[in-house]
Amino acid sequence: MELQTVWFFIWGLLWAVFFMTDGFDLGIGSLYPFLGKSERDKHMMIHAMGPLWDGNEVWLLTAGGVTFAAFPLVYAVMFSSLYSALMLILFALILRGVSFEFRNKVDNPAWKRVWDTCIFVGSFLPALLFGVAFGNIFKGIPIDQDGIYLGTLFTLLNPYGLLGGVLFLCLFLVHGALWLTVRADGDLAQRAENLAGKLWPVLAGVAVVFLVASYIFTPLYDNYLANPVLFLVPAISVAAIVGIKYFLMQNAFFKAWLASAATIVSCTFFGVIGLFPNLFPSSIDADYSLSAFNASSSPLTLKIMLIVVLLFVPVVLAYQIWAYKLFSVKVTDDDLAHDDMY
Amino acid sequence: MDVVMLSRLQFAAATMFHFLFVPLTLGLSVLVAYMETQYVRTGDETYLRMTKFWGKLFLINFALGVVTGITLEFQFGTNWSRYSAYVGDVFGSLLAIEASVAFFLESTFIGIWIFGWNKLSKKAHATVMWLVAAAGNVSAIWILLANGWMQQPVGFTIRDGRAELTDFLAVITNKFGLLEIAHTIPSAFVLAAFFMMGISAWHLLKKQHIDFFTRSFNIGLAVGLVSSIVVAVTGDMHAVHVTQTQPAKLAAMESHWETQTQAPIIMLAIPDEKNERNAIEIGRLPGALSLLGHHDVNAAVTGLKDIPKDERPPVLPTFVSFRTMVALGTLFPLLTIVGLFLKNRLLESRWYLWVMLFALPLPYLAIEMGWVLAEVGRQPWIVYGLLKTANAASPVAASQVMTSLVGFILVYGLLGIAGFYLIADFAQKGPKPAAADVKSANG
Repeated sequence: MELQTVWFFIWGLLWAVFFMTDGFDLGIGSLYPFLGKSERDKHMMIHAMGPLWDGNEVWLLTAGGVTFAAFPLVYAVMFSSLYSALMLILFALILRGVSFEFRNKVDNPAWKRVWDTCIFVGSFLPALLFGVAFGNIFKGIPIDQDGIYLGTLFTLLNPYGLLGGVLFLCLFLVHGALWLTVRADGDLAQRAENLAGKLWPVLAGVAVVFLVASYIFTPLYDNYLANPVLFLVPAISVAAIVGIKYFLMQNAFFKAWLASAATIVSCTFFGVIGLFPNLFPSSIDADYSLSAFNASSSPLTLKIMLIVVLLFVPVVLAYQIWAYKLFSVKVTDDDLAHDDMY
Repeated sequence: MDVVMLSRLQFAAATMFHFLFVPLTLGLSVLVAYMETQYVRTGDETYLRMTKFWGKLFLINFALGVVTGITLEFQFGTNWSRYSAYVGDVFGSLLAIEASVAFFLESTFIGIWIFGWNKLSKKAHATVMWLVAAAGNVSAIWILLANGWMQQPVGFTIRDGRAELTDFLAVITNKFGLLEIAHTIPSAFVLAAFFMMGISAWHLLKKQHIDFFTRSFNIGLAVGLVSSIVVAVTGDMHAVHVTQTQPAKLAAMESHWETQTQAPIIMLAIPDEKNERNAIEIGRLPGALSLLGHHDVNAAVTGLKDIPKDERPPVLPTFVSFRTMVALGTLFPLLTIVGLFLKNRLLESRWYLWVMLFALPLPYLAIEMGWVLAEVGRQPWIVYGLLKTANAASPVAASQVMTSLVGFILVYGLLGIAGFYLIADFAQKGPKPAAADVKSANG
């Protein structure tokens, strides 16, 4: 297999892991005003995300960094084209990150309200906009032969792009609610469970609409029709979505969350495989698309970075899985009482 | 204002704001890890209280450092796409390595440190902070190697209008980058040391928590003394290297116009760029520039007049930032040496405590001046000798950049005020009383 092809899939994998991990805290943050009724609820929701959100967000930095290192032309064109959307995402993430740290530091309701709003906006906006961004990437972006974007922020808010945004939002809301069923206790966990149950048919419905819309509006299915064995990937997505419902009905909450994780990863790969070999397709002319083969860095760079990734990503996964294990237990009153460091 | 100028301002604002918080993270993480280790080794509860007090200030600062860093990772792509396409092989790799090796470690384990007090043994918990400290400093190594490459590009070849990597080892052993590391990381420790000493001085002046803050002050003093001397020494080595590799920057930072042997240092100057001379010169040290720059009084130092006009950096900001940084960098070891003499009479030496309280912001100024020197002094190049900044910006509408620039100034301004308020508030409150902390540590 060619080096550039290997890197294409590493690129896809990093985005998938980012969505799988940060997805649950973006989801919880988006549910914050709806599930966080009491001060204790809010406290518990922050605690549910607290130990893991920062490590999750680094997958975004790595996905970006790897795009820069392995496909510099894509990094350059993608981030300058999606300028306004990306700036909005970045400002939102800035506010979210600081909110966790700042919210409980001053015993003043107005102060807390400000940071509570930042938690919500800082989670909802990225969830929606990542979906809009990737929806547009699947569809094709109006870039010309010099990689110049011939559109605005509003060009991205077309029906298919917005559908992508809604899909990501549903995926993350369910993912977040399921994490709360694992980590929260009592009334909050029960309400999260009920909400997950109510959101599931919405997610399933949106997913079906998305699969159909992708056939109509994007060239994603071309790769699948040429290699039908690849239909296994969306099949896994469907199975995983069903799995969420199945495990929820059995009250096997962690398994339900794992099924949700599998849904997110397989949905991302449905798109990534459909894109291959393009990372940033042009909707104006296929010749203007940026692919793994015309936008990558030199073979030496790809080789060195491959060694780095093969060495370090397993290490990272090992200690992040350990962190998840440490913190996938119920948050207790004792935990809430002793979080003087947060 | 055009897109390039707006992008310059935005990047400068974003990086300088980020670097208000990074040095304290790098230095204080090590100091907090040290304090927690002392608690584990001795069982002395005061060390635990010190860990929690300084740790809380650390975390407020850390949050701001992390979030302001995220935007930088992407700002190369958003605002400097032509640069990114050109240097992706080298610069992109170093950034990707920084994230894989260091950011993951730092961000995963800080969460464990904050929330894992009751879940890990005392030893394991202290180790976690060492991992955070190591990760932060390792990330600094990678980004400084990246900046070093911008200043002195090595290990590459130009193919198809971009820089392709040919020698990775050359990139990671680049002398410019290594000198930046040797100079910048100790400067972070100076900042952390003065932060601890300044806040400790405030409490000692009020004669409260005397044992707690005397211990804290002395930790800061020891670290500050050693690191400020290292900063001065490596600073000199770095300037020698700049003389050899970036003659334009050297000429600008000294406001040196005429190429000559036995070149003098002008202590203070007001440059007159239009007429290619200094309007005012105060204090002349004959031969000093040749001596400092080449370690040979008879060596020639290139003057600005012999550098093409379109390759000269802006002289005034380069000169002023350098002079300010060096003046402060000379002050820091002197202040710590005084502290060494007053070590056993700290509480009575009120004049010294007042000085150290007001000295707290000075390392912040020195470090920012250092970066202004490094980056403005490299102009007009974004990659020295290869690519000009004016040709490196993204082809985006100026209105978009104006909007994001205003956004950055507003958001960062508000966060900065909130962060400063929180740190000042918690710093002046002092540590919690002994019993409360002991109880929560033992669960």
